[in-house]
Amino acid sequence: MSSDQSTNPTFNQEKIRALIARGKLKDTLFAALGIICLGIGLVVIFALVADMAIKGFDRLNLDFFTNFASRRATQAGILSAWVGSLLVMLVTALTAVPLGVAAGLYLEEYAKRNWITEIIEINITNLAAVPSIVYGLLALGIFVYTFGFGQSILSAGLTLALLILPIVIVATREAIRAIPAMIREGSMAVGATRWQTCRYHIVPYAMPGILTGVIIGLARAIGETAPIITIGALTFIAFLPPVPFTEIGEGARAGLFDWVMSPFTVMPIQIFNWTSRPDPAFEVNAAAAGFVLMAMVLTMNAVAIWLRYKLRKNIKW
Amino acid sequence: MNAYAMSASPVPDTHVVSDRLSKNAMRHASERVIEALLFAAAAVSVLTTVGIVYVLVSESIQFFASVSIVDFLTDTQWTPLFDDAHFGIMVLVSGTVVSSAVALAVAIPMGTVIAIYLSEFANPKVRELAKPILELLGGIPTIVFGYFALLIVTPLLQKIFPELPGFSLLSAGLVMGIMIVPYVASLSEDAMRAVPMSLREGSYAMGSTRLHTALHVVVPAAFSGLAASYILGISRAVGETMILAVAAGMQPNLTWNPMEPAATITSYIVQVALGDLPHGSIGYQTIFAAGLTLLLITLIFNILGQWLRRKFRENY
Amino acid sequence: MPTNVMPPLKAEARDLSFHYGEVRALKNINMPIYDKKVTALIGPSGCGKSTYLRSFNRMHDLYPGNRYEGEIRFYPDNTNLLSPDVDPIEVRMRVGMVFQKPNPFPKSIYENVAYGLRVRGEKNRRDLDGKVEQALRGAAIWDEVKDRLQDLATNLSGGQQQRLCIARALATDPELLLFDEPTSALDPIATGAIEELVHELKQRVTILIVTHNMQQAARVSDYTAYMYLGEMIEFGKTDDIFIKPQDKRTEDYITGRMG
Repeated sequence: MSSDQSTNPTFNQEKIRALIARGKLKDTLFAALGIICLGIGLVVIFALVADMAIKGFDRLNLDFFTNFASRRATQAGILSAWVGSLLVMLVTALTAVPLGVAAGLYLEEYAKRNWITEIIEINITNLAAVPSIVYGLLALGIFVYTFGFGQSILSAGLTLALLILPIVIVATREAIRAIPAMIREGSMAVGATRWQTCRYHIVPYAMPGILTGVIIGLARAIGETAPIITIGALTFIAFLPPVPFTEIGEGARAGLFDWVMSPFTVMPIQIFNWTSRPDPAFEVNAAAAGFVLMAMVLTMNAVAIWLRYKLRKNIKW
Repeated sequence: MNAYAMSASPVPDTHVVSDRLSKNAMRHASERVIEALLFAAAAVSVLTTVGIVYVLVSESIQFFASVSIVDFLTDTQWTPLFDDAHFGIMVLVSGTVVSSAVALAVAIPMGTVIAIYLSEFANPKVRELAKPILELLGGIPTIVFGYFALLIVTPLLQKIFPELPGFSLLSAGLVMGIMIVPYVASLSEDAMRAVPMSLREGSYAMGSTRLHTALHVVVPAAFSGLAASYILGISRAVGETMILAVAAGMQPNLTWNPMEPAATITSYIVQVALGDLPHGSIGYQTIFAAGLTLLLITLIFNILGQWLRRKFRENY
Repeated sequence: MPTNVMPPLKAEARDLSFHYGEVRALKNINMPIYDKKVTALIGPSGCGKSTYLRSFNRMHDLYPGNRYEGEIRFYPDNTNLLSPDVDPIEVRMRVGMVFQKPNPFPKSIYENVAYGLRVRGEKNRRDLDGKVEQALRGAAIWDEVKDRLQDLATNLSGGQQQRLCIARALATDPELLLFDEPTSALDPIATGAIEELVHELKQRVTILIVTHNMQQAARVSDYTAYMYLGEMIEFGKTDDIFIKPQDKRTEDYITGRMG
């Protein structure tokens, strides 16, 4: 206790004020740096959309959507690509949503705490970090050759379904976890079985959260290129998959599900194809198609973000 | 004795009731079937992993039957489709390493700065606005980023480095970095927000500024979480495909210079898949050997990342 | 209030009110803090004693939507700590704080104590060493940690951590030291050590301590203030407050009829 407090030698006001001023300047500079970094992100999004919109402007007309790919840039369109993307997404959604929601339900509502559950959980975490091209190799080995699905819409849809499964499962689990236990107890208390509780209470209440995850997953899937190239999707397709029950020559009619086995192309592959051509005329096509794809993806993401925002505001248990 | 029996009697009673209830519930066969179905759905994820490992390993075994592992790891040429075939995976690994290094040199500083800014500086309104921007950025399809790298960033870079070729690891890596920023930023921010407020208050109470508190208290406290986010960033970079396939060129090139074009493990797989190699040929098998290499690299990083994240959860 | 001869003032709350957004948490508080004395703040949970304490180092400025009214005069220079012209960082450099739960930084013991000195731009290694040792001695923990200054502070026991936090606050020679229920997370033995320390520290620093434990207030403080629902009900010498409280509400609280 030797220090002399009466004059308080450590408190030199001028020195301290200079120190604080310097510290605050650093704070301000760092905040500016943070805003700049965020700004770069915003600029990239903006530059991308603007560049593709401007470059592709001439091509963005109805013909572009109704023409098949062509060797002549000005006549080439994205008909087979957007139809292909839509159909692949359909298969993906029909597979990933039931599987993902069921798996999420199982893990939250049924699973016992044992090593099997543990393995499933670790597995899902790890799968989420597996590079997408590895899913492509899986699909090439299993769907294309072992199951004999070939380079079809079915193979592509299933591949992307496996790819986004972790996203759907995690979203389902988070949505279910947000439901308070009293809802479950209330339902069980009136004699509902576990499944009835899930069917009539848990799933409906978790629906908005699940939907958000599904949209984000599909937005990711629609932009995926590598796994679909890996299964060997063709880059040049000038026909559409057969529409159910229409004539496909010689009196034969297409079955209800013939289209799933059809060869196809998708938007990202079409863009890749056009981007890799040396002829700058195709750059315009790539820009236009990129703009369309960005519009799809950004819209889906924006819907998901908006949905989550609404959800957070409305929750009043 | 009597008192003991009376006080004990309610316990077995409730036991019987709950037992009866649970039996009653399980008696419904449909309940059991449903549970089995739900379990099967959950098991699909395990099957996926098994499938991935099976496909990669079985094809790779065939590959390594004709190519020795030593050659695979030490050869300095990668020419699997030539008559004089060489299978030196290091050639592809070098492209992967260089492009990932460029990407991380962008993503780690930028992501960390954004995370610190959002977690320690930004007011809630800015944060509400910034998070969706990051999410949108993270949601951009990689093929579009590839377009961006090849047709916008490369010409810009060529104005600074006139000798830069049309395809380069630098351009692809930079754009890949931008793509990874949202992942690093959002995971790092989560880690920093998990640091208890009491630590920050302790620092502020000492007269510390925001930046000093962030750098000297919050960042060290969240360190393992930050490291986990960097590792996730690495595994994203290593696994990224389309940006490289579009903008880095696809010719195998053993190089450590980002100004050169080179193939990576992923872009090689794309290149082979674009051609029509017969199923079962050695060329076909190379992509599985390359895929296995890729999976092992990302697996190592994932395990490291999860270990770090678990460690940092234990801290508080 | 007692009218006999009083020691010099260190600080004084004048008509202090505080708002969390729309909620008025403190209502027109007037209270002296005497130099080199221990002043205890007691009252039931939610009475505003912590809110009041945290006004002295402008902790509330860290969160948006908070508003002060009135003044806290700080002597000898008669600064109003709450004035918008006064930088909260400057206030915090003069007023130290020890928290409810020990909050050592995830750094070495040495770096924890040196933290405030480094914040103040202190770089000279020998000065730092000396001040760190002095602070650790002042917080009665030097003998326990002198051989492991480079160990991680978070590995210390709860009581040691809290004394380390006191050392951290002492290292920068604060003029006023705030204690926010410093023993609520500690066992009785560690609590006894902290209480003894508080008693010794008043030789060199003015202390304001919030406690939920009336015996603690009676043991360590010279003055006691009883707060209730954001108001200062009664202030006086600790002996007076505990032996013959003037206000019925104080008496009810102290005798355990309420709280």
